[in-house]
Amino acid sequence: MKRGVLIAVPYVWLLALFLIPFAVVFKISLSDIALAIPPYTPTAKDGIWNMLTQLDFENFVFLTQDDLYWKAYLSSLQIALISTILTLMVGYPMAYAMARAPEQWRPTLLMLVILPFWTSFLIRVYAWIGILSTEGFLNQFLMWTGIVGEPLTILNTNTAVYIGIVYTYLPFMILPIYSALDRLDGSLIEAAEDLGCSRLKAFWLVTIPLSKNGIIAGCFLVFIPALGEFVIPSLLGGSGTLMIGKVLFEEFFSNRDWPVASAVAVILLLILIIPIVLFQRNEQRQAEAEG
Amino acid sequence: MAETVFAPWDDPDAKPLIRFRNVTKRFGDFTAIDDLTLDIFAQEFFALLGPSGCGKTTMMRMLAGFENPTEGAIELAGQDIAGVPPNKRAVNMMFQSYALFPHLSVWENIAFGLRRESRDKGAISARVEEMLKLTRLEKFAKRKPHQISGGQRQRVALARSLAKAPKLLLLDEPLGALDAKLREATQFELMDIQEKTGTTFVIVTHDQEEAMTVASRVAVMDEGRIMQVATPEHIYEAPQSVYVADFIGDVNIIRGTTKAAGEDRYQINWADGHSPLHAVSNRPFSDGQNCHLAIRPEKVSIHSGQPQADNAVQGKVLDIAYLGNLSTYHVELASGEIIKAQVANTRRISRRDFTWEDPVWISWTETAGVLLDQ
Repeated sequence: MKRGVLIAVPYVWLLALFLIPFAVVFKISLSDIALAIPPYTPTAKDGIWNMLTQLDFENFVFLTQDDLYWKAYLSSLQIALISTILTLMVGYPMAYAMARAPEQWRPTLLMLVILPFWTSFLIRVYAWIGILSTEGFLNQFLMWTGIVGEPLTILNTNTAVYIGIVYTYLPFMILPIYSALDRLDGSLIEAAEDLGCSRLKAFWLVTIPLSKNGIIAGCFLVFIPALGEFVIPSLLGGSGTLMIGKVLFEEFFSNRDWPVASAVAVILLLILIIPIVLFQRNEQRQAEAEG
Repeated sequence: MAETVFAPWDDPDAKPLIRFRNVTKRFGDFTAIDDLTLDIFAQEFFALLGPSGCGKTTMMRMLAGFENPTEGAIELAGQDIAGVPPNKRAVNMMFQSYALFPHLSVWENIAFGLRRESRDKGAISARVEEMLKLTRLEKFAKRKPHQISGGQRQRVALARSLAKAPKLLLLDEPLGALDAKLREATQFELMDIQEKTGTTFVIVTHDQEEAMTVASRVAVMDEGRIMQVATPEHIYEAPQSVYVADFIGDVNIIRGTTKAAGEDRYQINWADGHSPLHAVSNRPFSDGQNCHLAIRPEKVSIHSGQPQADNAVQGKVLDIAYLGNLSTYHVELASGEIIKAQVANTRRISRRDFTWEDPVWISWTETAGVLLDQ
């Protein structure tokens, strides 16, 4: 009885906060746009049976007919993928340095990684506008040192979006890799060297394989939210930056086309389910290997 | 034909494989190794024995190449190896934690070192199979380290470190993680493998019994210095200092002053009102010099009446430690000193001759003890 209640809690939670909202969104995606409040038809006011018979997949068909949508999906995938790789390239050395730092320094370094979370995400993204704009700190600095003669255009380009995503999601990459490297037994590296590996070879043959699970976890933790990212491309990206999160926002709030926006959201969710399932499987395998 | 005894350390012409020459190693203010000179010969099974923090692991890590001496030189086969990185040394190490690669199978673990120097798949495979056979691990080749037992892991670590046929194999507390029974069996296995492969083994251990069992010579270390290097028999029977006598096995130490009593014979005045003790010693002592007489408990016998012996003292049984095969009697003397006497339990315990508080006599011969000046 007690156990039943305990198990029921997460299921009720999931039902209330995920499945019911999803069902609502899914229902809207099958509706038609209307000049009404709420801006779609049919609604439950028309009677349940009446409502169900009027639902159709028109909006999903529409998504395949307009280039904008699949281009936005592809572009989002590309941006998410590239920024995940960039975040890995920046995050791995940082996690490695943290794991190799003297014991008494590690809590401080860990704190520094987590510290940005204490400030609003929105404010931090706005701060990047101040840094990256044509008259921003970065350009002023580069001009002052004489590296560039004219200010660089970084803001409102994809580059700014990459910088924003790498900056925002870096802790999600660092933390799982750090935890994998922290558990790594230093004598394994010594054993590899003892058996004839150079430092670099030992890193490649022992450190990387043994931090694999951390790398995979970190990559998914960056890739999954980056795919549907809206704030960063809309604040730092330009008109040329095409991301599905932005399209979604515009459909909802500019076009007030809730049914199409809902269809976009449903497809995005379907795309995200694949990496989420892979991520879960990786976590599970790791738990089993350690158990 | 008489078998020649393996004792290159007694041969002045023998060339040592490893030579520590005035080696000092400091970590900041801490001196881990203090001006240490030592020769280790090819095919030896050499044990570094000492309490934790005595510097034995530092010595091993210097041999492996993970640390470099602050002063002095270490020679391997006549060549100074300072600055040679671990991967360029013909030395392999078996780690205390075994350090098996968890992501590789037993087979791949053993092949790891071989793959670094050769691309010949056939040769690697043959060598790995040979090692698996030597360590009786054929059945476990495909398993991962976490799928085998502690004893098997220990053998994988040994096979992996032997696979490259190193000139010198270093073993850092190799049996520390095994239980007593398995440890004993593995000690003999180690000696067997050492003999078969002819590799020079240097073993680090804090377990004196293990060092005595496996080693051809034992170096007893303390605070970065070597206290004595000798064969296990010598270390046990002829320790050079109270530290060594006390560290190896159980010992009774009686303090006193010497008085010459003939050639190599001494009288020891040890407590007021007690007749002096007698001992034979090659080490010269002057009259009135402070000395320590070290006697092993098994060389002390216990009697109910006064025995005819070189040394006989009266006391009473304070404690009895029953160890199964042996019993150790703690006998308190009138002077307050406690002397341990060990007796083999040849009879059933119900027939024990002495019990608590019994007045007894203990005795030993004049050659039983070792007279030490420090």
